[in-house]
Amino acid sequence: MDNYLHTVSNDWYRQRITGALVCVLAAFLILLARLYYLQIIEGPGLRQRSQDNWFRVHSVAPMRGLIFDRAGALLVDNRPRFDVSILSREARDPEGVVQNLSGLLDIPSEPLLAKLAEARGTPFFKPILLSRDISRDAVATIEAHKLELPGIVISVEPTRHYIEGERAPHLIGYLSEISPEELRSGALPDNSGGDFIGKFGVEKAYETYFHGKRGTRHVEVNALGQLTRVLKTEEAQPGKNIYLTLDIRLQRTAESLLAGKVGTALAMDPSNGHVLAMGVSPAFDPNAFVVGMTHESWNELVSNPFRPLENKAIQGQYPPGSVYKIVAAIAGLEEGVITEHTTLYCGGSYTYGNRTFRCWKRRGHGFMDATNALAQSCDVFFYQVGEKLGVDRLAKYARACGLGSPTGIDLDKESRGLVPTKEWKLRRLGVPWQGGETLSVTIGQGFNLVTPVQMLGLISAVANGGTRHKPLVIRRIEFPDGSPVEEQAPVSLGTLPASKNTLRVVRNGLMDAVNKPTGTGWIARIAGIDVAGKTGTAQVVGMPDDDDKKKKAVESIEHYHRDHGWFVAFAPAKEPRVAVAVLIEHGGHGSTSAAPVAREMIRTYLEDLGIKELKIDN
Amino acid sequence: MIDRRLLQHFDWLFLGLTLVIGGIGILALYSAVNANADMTEVGRLVYVKQSYWLGISSGVMILLLLFSYRWLSRMAFPIYGASIVLLLTVFFLGKEVSGSQRWLVLGPVSIQPSEMMKISLAIMLARYFSESATKDGFSLQGLWKPLIWTILPFVLILKQPDLGTGLILLLIAGSVTVFVKIERRSLLCLTAAGIAVSGMAWFFLKGYQKQRISAFLDPQGDPLGAGYHIIQSKIAVGSGLFFGKGFLKGTQNALSFIPEQHTDFIFSVLAEEWGFLGSVTIIILYLLLIIWGLSVAVRSKDPFGTVLAVGLTSMIFWQTFINVAMVLALLPVVGVPLPLISYGGSSMLANMVAIGILLNISMRRFLFKD
Repeated sequence: MDNYLHTVSNDWYRQRITGALVCVLAAFLILLARLYYLQIIEGPGLRQRSQDNWFRVHSVAPMRGLIFDRAGALLVDNRPRFDVSILSREARDPEGVVQNLSGLLDIPSEPLLAKLAEARGTPFFKPILLSRDISRDAVATIEAHKLELPGIVISVEPTRHYIEGERAPHLIGYLSEISPEELRSGALPDNSGGDFIGKFGVEKAYETYFHGKRGTRHVEVNALGQLTRVLKTEEAQPGKNIYLTLDIRLQRTAESLLAGKVGTALAMDPSNGHVLAMGVSPAFDPNAFVVGMTHESWNELVSNPFRPLENKAIQGQYPPGSVYKIVAAIAGLEEGVITEHTTLYCGGSYTYGNRTFRCWKRRGHGFMDATNALAQSCDVFFYQVGEKLGVDRLAKYARACGLGSPTGIDLDKESRGLVPTKEWKLRRLGVPWQGGETLSVTIGQGFNLVTPVQMLGLISAVANGGTRHKPLVIRRIEFPDGSPVEEQAPVSLGTLPASKNTLRVVRNGLMDAVNKPTGTGWIARIAGIDVAGKTGTAQVVGMPDDDDKKKKAVESIEHYHRDHGWFVAFAPAKEPRVAVAVLIEHGGHGSTSAAPVAREMIRTYLEDLGIKELKIDN
Repeated sequence: MIDRRLLQHFDWLFLGLTLVIGGIGILALYSAVNANADMTEVGRLVYVKQSYWLGISSGVMILLLLFSYRWLSRMAFPIYGASIVLLLTVFFLGKEVSGSQRWLVLGPVSIQPSEMMKISLAIMLARYFSESATKDGFSLQGLWKPLIWTILPFVLILKQPDLGTGLILLLIAGSVTVFVKIERRSLLCLTAAGIAVSGMAWFFLKGYQKQRISAFLDPQGDPLGAGYHIIQSKIAVGSGLFFGKGFLKGTQNALSFIPEQHTDFIFSVLAEEWGFLGSVTIIILYLLLIIWGLSVAVRSKDPFGTVLAVGLTSMIFWQTFINVAMVLALLPVVGVPLPLISYGGSSMLANMVAIGILLNISMRRFLFKD
């Protein structure tokens, strides 16, 4: 100890230790203050968060209601869909596992790896969806190789299944993921993001019936999100089953008849307005929507020039062509501008002002009464009727026949059509009505636009004696146990503006159209059954000289310049059981394109009903 | 060797305090592993193993009491040398567990030499500083030896990598050095150097270590990644409220929201189940332990005993403070166990040895004169 003064003593150490003690106390005070802050001040909030950590309310999707045809044939049900996902936390090497998976399932790995890359940053306990709707074979393969695929999980979800695929998709509709706008609208309070809801057709119109009621499951989960305990369950209530008015066999026939054509073929029970068939071509497979459609398939659907997603039966608007002569005949007879005995001369053309209006039959029909004029679709006869009526009186009858306004069918996006009037033209085009235009309108050309379902309603009303029914697509709604919710009763929209006698004249005309060799619908006759019908040919483009078009074979005319073919009919004439309306876009003449389709539909339906011999005794 | 006088001065209260904390630790462990549904069958038995370790460590502690701690001063170099050799052995032959090489496997047990290193270093520094301390404090010249003794094991432990234990080593050395006083100029120099080195060290930190630090600074930035542990630990502690959720009833623990719930984050389990009341009680028990350690230092008439007691007490203090502060999200996540409570045989043994030496110093305090 050289320097005693500097040598440390116990007292010196004591001071240093007191300093250390102060430091220690200060440090522990910080810990205690922090504990107080976390457990007392922040405590209640953090208690809530610990609760949120483990408490989850799982929503249980209800089983969607089934769809049957009118006789109870199952058309749409729900099937299990297998989705394969990966839990990146358990996979350890997700890329490697995905490579393995793609090798085992023999599918390309790029899209799977892309999904994985997209999902980077999602919570580690959330499964990343790799592939939706894998096959049962793929499920089996994955199960067999579970050890080589750590973190791979398969989940099962109920998915809509349209059993016959492209069968009546425009009527049945499809499901698709609920959009943010639909969620916000509050119209579907029982739905949440990611749900699939009806987006089209009956699926959309009856969404609230199909949906049922969501159930809940209160569960406890651990930090991996795995379920550890179910605390409380409230079962989901399955949706209601719906029986369509559709006759699936007739629907199949209609669709097969439309194969390769663009158009629609409709059938209705004239006694109650039940839509028995709604064939629309081209069609689409609604199954493609329910698992999430790829961009390519969607683009293909929307860029298809024949608009497969359009329900041509209710959305399509076409000039009615000569089918409109039914309306013109009713108007003429009811307004007294003609009687059933009035005969007018057809020389093949009619001159109005300085314009010449041709009849489709250039040689002319000679003297015609209303029945013959309908049967042979004489244009000149109706030019004269139209001239006498004037467009506004004609329009009044057209409206009363249900044209120019939606039929109110329970399907989305129905068009209203167009019934031109003088006032309409002035308002819309700013040009006064030309008298000659009335003549075109009377034979169903010009500004006239109708939807096929309006034509169906018209012919059905003619068939049943004048009652206009709302077209019905739903026959009955049932609870899952089969007890009825609702039976759809026929809905009358009014009556045709026609007396019994007028209707008799019109029906006779339609009978002759099919059953006399001079009739335009001769091709639609069925041995042993009285079919009544009316052809129509709607001009699409006014060719420089209409005659050119008439001379040429349909096939030689450019597709979009071909006329639309119409045929409306009902049978048996005496006691009608079915009314049909067929429109073939750019099919050329109604008699050649649409009438055979109508004929086969009638034949199929009546044969199924067992009706063969109902011919009226002449 | 042990006469009646020594037994009279034996600090039964302190031993009792130690065993109470150890006992709480076993209860906490029991809850940590048995309330948790995801724990494996083997994992459920860690509280039994911990009891064995507590027993074995107590035995070692009693054995240590038979010899005077003065003997440690003479043996400082061999003990330190042996510890360094063990660290080197770990470096070359150690067992790797989840990315770091910290364990030496000796038959059925694995030990962490880095735990022993803390005590060896405290002994080395106590011997050196007690022999040459002056009231003026140490200058840089006098500090180069202790600096090398500290840096060498620090680097070896950092390479394992085990940042937590490495830091504790630095903090022990720092505490003892400040305790024996450094010249103001030297202190400034060392502080500046320390800041510069830690600045540079940022570049050498492992990815996960950097992540932990940034997660600490902003836990919400990545709530499901690195910040997840911090947030879940806070939730566990806070949700205990005043009285806690009750023994075995902590949902954060039971459903695996607490990470490392039986080792570094065991305090979360305690705080969740036993609430503010329990947490404060435990903190106060530790505070009493540390105050008692400092009182041993004060009461020892022997400078070596005083400095050694300060070193060992600082070891317990820093581990406790850093562990609890980390659990309470006051510090970034560094792997530092809670003394006597966190599961781990080596840590238990090291802390019991430290307390044994403190008891030893305490019971032999009257053998010296001023």
